[in-house]
Amino acid sequence: MVTDPLPGLVGFAAALRHAGLAVTTDRVAAFLTALDELDVTSRTATYWAGRLTLCSDPDDLARYDMAFPAWFGPDRSPRGTPVRDQRRPPPSRLASLTSGEDGDESDGPDGPDEPRLRVSASAREVLRHRDLGELSPAEREHLRALLALLRVGLPTRASRRRHPTRRGPADPERTLRAALRNHGELRELRHTGPSRRPRRVALLIDVSGSMAPYADTLVRFAHVLVRRGAGAVEVFTIGTRLTRITRELRHRDPELALAAAGRAIPDWSGGTRLGDVLGAFVERWGRRGVARRAVVVVFSDGWERGEPDELAVQMSRLRRLAHRVIWVNPHAGKEGYAPVQGGIVAVLPYLDQLLAGHSLATLERLVEAMTR
Amino acid sequence: MTGSTTSGRPGSPAELAVRLRATGYLPDDGLATAAFLALRMDRPLFCEGEPGTGKTALAQAMAQVLDAPLIRLQCHEGIDASQALYDWDFPRQLLHLRALEAAAGASAEKLDADVVEASLYDPRFLIARPVLKALQTSPSVLLVDEVDRADDEFEAFLLEVLTEHAVSIPEVGEIRAKTPPLVVLTSNRTRDVHDALKRRCLYLWLDHPDLTREIAILRSRLPGVPERLAGQVAAAVRRMRELELLKPPGVAESLDWARALQLLGADELDVASAAASLGAVLKYREDADRVRAQLDTLLI
Ligand SMILES: Nc1ncnc2c1ncn2[C@@H]1O[C@H](COP(=O)(O)OP(=O)(O)OP(=O)(O)O)[C@@H](O)[C@H]1O
Ligand SMILES: [Mg+2]
Repeated sequence: MVTDPLPGLVGFAAALRHAGLAVTTDRVAAFLTALDELDVTSRTATYWAGRLTLCSDPDDLARYDMAFPAWFGPDRSPRGTPVRDQRRPPPSRLASLTSGEDGDESDGPDGPDEPRLRVSASAREVLRHRDLGELSPAEREHLRALLALLRVGLPTRASRRRHPTRRGPADPERTLRAALRNHGELRELRHTGPSRRPRRVALLIDVSGSMAPYADTLVRFAHVLVRRGAGAVEVFTIGTRLTRITRELRHRDPELALAAAGRAIPDWSGGTRLGDVLGAFVERWGRRGVARRAVVVVFSDGWERGEPDELAVQMSRLRRLAHRVIWVNPHAGKEGYAPVQGGIVAVLPYLDQLLAGHSLATLERLVEAMTR
Repeated sequence: MTGSTTSGRPGSPAELAVRLRATGYLPDDGLATAAFLALRMDRPLFCEGEPGTGKTALAQAMAQVLDAPLIRLQCHEGIDASQALYDWDFPRQLLHLRALEAAAGASAEKLDADVVEASLYDPRFLIARPVLKALQTSPSVLLVDEVDRADDEFEAFLLEVLTEHAVSIPEVGEIRAKTPPLVVLTSNRTRDVHDALKRRCLYLWLDHPDLTREIAILRSRLPGVPERLAGQVAAAVRRMRELELLKPPGVAESLDWARALQLLGADELDVASAAASLGAVLKYREDADRVRAQLDTLLI
């Protein structure tokens, strides 16, 4: 007697969802159909049926490869299915990146239940200029609401796709089509002009220890941009390694998005190797087109443990690929700041703009600078 | 597994693997399963992976296996339906119109506008672009190459066609495939393709082949290359892929390298023959310089 495998398979799909895969019901249905076409008793067939229908990105594969043996037991006849992305398993939920369970919520001057909309306009003005690293829990809560309301117009560029206009070069196709409607009489010329497309934006957020007070807000800010950016915005964290968190930030719900991003970042609050990590970005993503003619924004204080020379080399490569490079340094807005950290000095020649990012007001200025 | 299949269609991944091998394309388990399921489930196959890992060649090999024409749509920025689906042949339509008018003038008849319009938008003036051609040709393999270069609007359009296996042309009506074409989409990941489109597909990630398979690919594509040389090339290329080069060599580059060595008359890969042929495997100068400096360690 063979037991019905169905509940087990659906459970596997749920486990994958838990591991962060976007497993939808239609994908589960496809998984079951695929198994129907294959030998269900074969472990390899089951592995591939799931991998082909439930994954949709290289990031998914590492997670799938972890969840599969956890659910179906270890493989007795090993068959390598190497995946190039060999990240460490994501760490457990990062408290500092998620709200609700911070534990320090009640330490603040106001209780956690303080209704955020009762804050007066002048309090909002004050908050806009407060140092993001020194907010009380209640202010942080209020800031989240303000961030969600942030008006972002994203940068655009001229596109090769053309669309009808009143002037501009003649459009032979539409002109002829109009003529056919008039029995071949050419009465007027139709025109065509370039349309505008969103320009790519790449955000690189330093999540090393010295940036810890700002990282939560910056990742939230990135979430707002990803949600508005319709596929044009890519987000990476940098520290001792490069992690792409764009997919995690696509969740509509900011808390879910941040929790997912937190799980994906392996080097939270660690050291920095800015030069190496920027190099990895240029090589792995830049040349694929993510940085090409894009607005690249680096959020970092420039504290560099590695060689400043290496950082300069990588920045010059990035500069050649990108449309604009903007560096946002939270410490730069503070009184008495002069760019002296080795890292910042090394990158200055390659920047289009150096901005201060220590308050909401400066993030608003950044949004302006990006569309310029 | 049930054995009954439509004529010419493989009955199992293993059978498909045998038939792919016969064309010179060497699949692994996952690839054979993916292509088999794509046929059985009428689902597009979405292939992603490093350059030169055999995405385009897979579509070509499947066309051979199915004895079906390969119809290719190369995507680019700004591509739209008139380049992918169909277009009207305006010059010929105009000629036709002039002919009608001339005939009417001769017989002093008045042209009926509706009749004229209907005859102008006759299917014979339709220029079928790749997607329409694939729907009209059964069986066929439709290769949508580098879909990541197109934009979202085009993805939405593809999604619709690939879900329906049909298009409707206002002046002509619906054109539906008799048997849906096998659709292979490839992406180089310059940007994320929308999830709605990926969800309709089987997702296949192509990695560089393992050592044994890469040697087998070299031997199958270049029968003149001695086994020993093929092994050395494959091993050296594998080490190069670990170096984080600007452009890590793919299978295409291994093949180019082996071919170049063959032309040089080298039957072994040593520092001299490697240095002389490095340009065949590394396409960027920076990469070639880096590797040249450590050639001896790459050729153990
Ligand atoms: N599994 C394989 N069996 C036989 N030949 C292969 C295999 N994989 C790749 N090749 C050969 O390697 C070369 C490169 O493959 P192909 O052009 O299909 O790569 P690709 O993934 O489409 O690359 P790109 O992303 O650059 O378009 C071709 O000559 C192809 O025949
Ligand atoms: Mg190709």
